[in-house]
Amino acid sequence: MSAPEAPVISVRGLTKRYGDKTVVDKVDLQVMRGQIYGFLGPNGSGKTTTIRMLCGLLVPDAGEGTCLGHDIRTESWAIKQRVGYMTQKFSFYEDLTIRENLDFVARLYGLPDRRAKVAAALERLGLAERRNQLAGALSGGWKQRLALAACILHQPDLLLLDEPTAGVDPKARRAFWDEIHELSAAGMTVLVSTHYMDEAERCHRIAYLAYGKLMAHGTVAEVVAGAGLSTWHVSGPDRRIAELARTLSGLKGVEMVAPFGATLHVSGADAAALDTAVQPFQADAALAWRRGEPTLEDAFIHLMDSATDNYHPDAPR
Amino acid sequence: MIKRRFSFGRLVAVVVKEFIQMRRDRLTFAMMVGIPIMQLLLFGYAINSDPRHLPTAVLSQDNGPFSRAILAAMQNSTYFRLTVTAESVAEVDRMLDRGTVQFAVEIPVGFERRLMRGDIPALLVMADATDPAATGNAVLALQQIVQGAVAPLLTGPLEALLPAPQPVELRIHRRYNPEGLTQYNIVPGLMGTILTMTMIIMTSLAMTRERERGTMENLLAMPVRPTEVMVGKLVPFIGVGLVQVAVILGAARLLFHVPMEGNAAVLAVGLTVFIVANLAVGFLFSTVAQNQLQAMQMSFFFFLPSMLMSGFMFPFRGMPGWAQAIGEALPLTHFLRVVRGVMLKANSLADTWPDIWPLLAFLTAALGLALLRYRQTLD
Ligand SMILES: Nc1ncnc2c1ncn2[C@@H]1O[C@H](COP(=O)(O)OP(=O)(O)OP(=O)(O)O)[C@@H](O)[C@H]1O
Ligand SMILES: [Mg+2]
Repeated sequence: MSAPEAPVISVRGLTKRYGDKTVVDKVDLQVMRGQIYGFLGPNGSGKTTTIRMLCGLLVPDAGEGTCLGHDIRTESWAIKQRVGYMTQKFSFYEDLTIRENLDFVARLYGLPDRRAKVAAALERLGLAERRNQLAGALSGGWKQRLALAACILHQPDLLLLDEPTAGVDPKARRAFWDEIHELSAAGMTVLVSTHYMDEAERCHRIAYLAYGKLMAHGTVAEVVAGAGLSTWHVSGPDRRIAELARTLSGLKGVEMVAPFGATLHVSGADAAALDTAVQPFQADAALAWRRGEPTLEDAFIHLMDSATDNYHPDAPR
Repeated sequence: MIKRRFSFGRLVAVVVKEFIQMRRDRLTFAMMVGIPIMQLLLFGYAINSDPRHLPTAVLSQDNGPFSRAILAAMQNSTYFRLTVTAESVAEVDRMLDRGTVQFAVEIPVGFERRLMRGDIPALLVMADATDPAATGNAVLALQQIVQGAVAPLLTGPLEALLPAPQPVELRIHRRYNPEGLTQYNIVPGLMGTILTMTMIIMTSLAMTRERERGTMENLLAMPVRPTEVMVGKLVPFIGVGLVQVAVILGAARLLFHVPMEGNAAVLAVGLTVFIVANLAVGFLFSTVAQNQLQAMQMSFFFFLPSMLMSGFMFPFRGMPGWAQAIGEALPLTHFLRVVRGVMLKANSLADTWPDIWPLLAFLTAALGLALLRYRQTLD
């Protein structure tokens, strides 16, 4: 982290309430220039709401901060000029063609050389042949590409991507992420929300949100380590594994039991309690036990289970 | 610092987008051209402005050659169809009230004798003028009919009565509607109602459609000012409004021979102000409505009083004070005065000013309110 540079996003205590539900609860966030910052969390955890507050679409109920050096409460006009926001739900005009949509965006930002820029964007995203197709007639994956093309058209300094690859095939997803890494290498900062673990692992930093609260943030390794999980990997005959999974889950010290093919991942935050719980089964010759590394997914599930659902404050999940 | 003022480039962006979307929306487009034509044909042809064979009651209190000749001539004129014979004035009143007859003719006691004496007796004709177009022509023809029926009988010693301007005094009571409008009112008035209806409905969907289709979030995330969105969305409809006007005026000329006495430029000023005023109302609705259904409901809520209280359906001066007060607040009221004034009475811009400035005031208020209502966030 180059020390003197000011963060692109810097917010403290960001809070949003709908009625008496606090859907974003005192979130602090710092994103440095050129970073790809992953934003993770279960459905309804407040990712979209947080992103909307960052670009001035929602006014926070509490908290303050800056985005690209501009106050998120009072200077959203300036923020909008330099941010590209890709919404979770496709929100370009389905009754306009791809090219007309891009033209509209280019005109709104007052881009010089509009035609050339739109043509280049179409070319780069492989949409050139489909430029006269109505956006509404595109498949989901192509819509995503159009949306990305449209929000990088004005070469923003900050990209806010809300689940940009939901429903996109693996090859297109790979291409999408390669593109994001290129943009980031060129100095663009990217905040991207996702539910995919492999995508989280391609981020420089990640933040994990559950029920509106920021549960963890840092590099992937830091977040995994921070969860403090110990994990055993057990392999053996399918039926024994299935039986073991049933027996183990619910034992004291065992928080997660998840089969991955022929291997069972058994984890818990309290290492001693976990070892005590599994000890009786380690004698079984049919099973091979070894210490494993917890995955990011294990860490997230642990974080989610230890978070309190703000809708049911007295029922810890 | 980035300037926050109105940008012409961004306005163009919105206008171009709206034009394309309008062109692609075939149904809406067809409606905008179809509604004026349909209404014109309905009002112009299907709704006959020179109806004949109107049911007529006769209350004959004197029977003689003159009254028989008059009644026969009325029947022959095809305007009147003598359907009932009434026994009393009260019965006549009841029939008119119920609408079973359009006219009632009363031949008073001593009609024949007084006519022959040269006393010029009165022949009383009561008309249900609720719909003035229904009775207007028949009433106009009546004088001729009566004259024509009586004259041939004035022979011999009675010939001396002939040079008198009229042997019979025709007393016509127009009931329910003393103002008696002519059908020239209809086509110019129709222009106002058609514009009110289509302009408000179309623009009331402007923002609600963005919201319902989910494109609002994107629009708000991009740097575009409320005035740019508003003007950009209204401009294409000014064009649509003017096309509708051309269709209506063309038809008024070719099919119904409505005269155009005044200056076209004055009419254009009035039309433009009126169209923009309606667009502003529609846009205001679209910033308030949560969905397209609500937008439509608001449009009709505005459209109904416009139809009823502007002087389009009923003569303005015939309405009670409170209704006139509401009418004065509606743009259609003022526009009707402008368009009738210019087309039929050749009013100048100065003549129409008393009705132009209320339109301008209305327009400004609606635009101001719409901008106040326009939310730049999703909250
Ligand atoms: N306009 C609104 N009115 C009331 N509640 C809302 C509104 N918008 C969002 N919420 C609530 O706020 C919470 C957070 O929603 P948000 O869309 O930010 O979640 P998310 O993390 O983006 O979820 P997902 O992964 O499903 O996209 C949800 O419980 C949602 O029901
Ligand atoms: Mg979301």
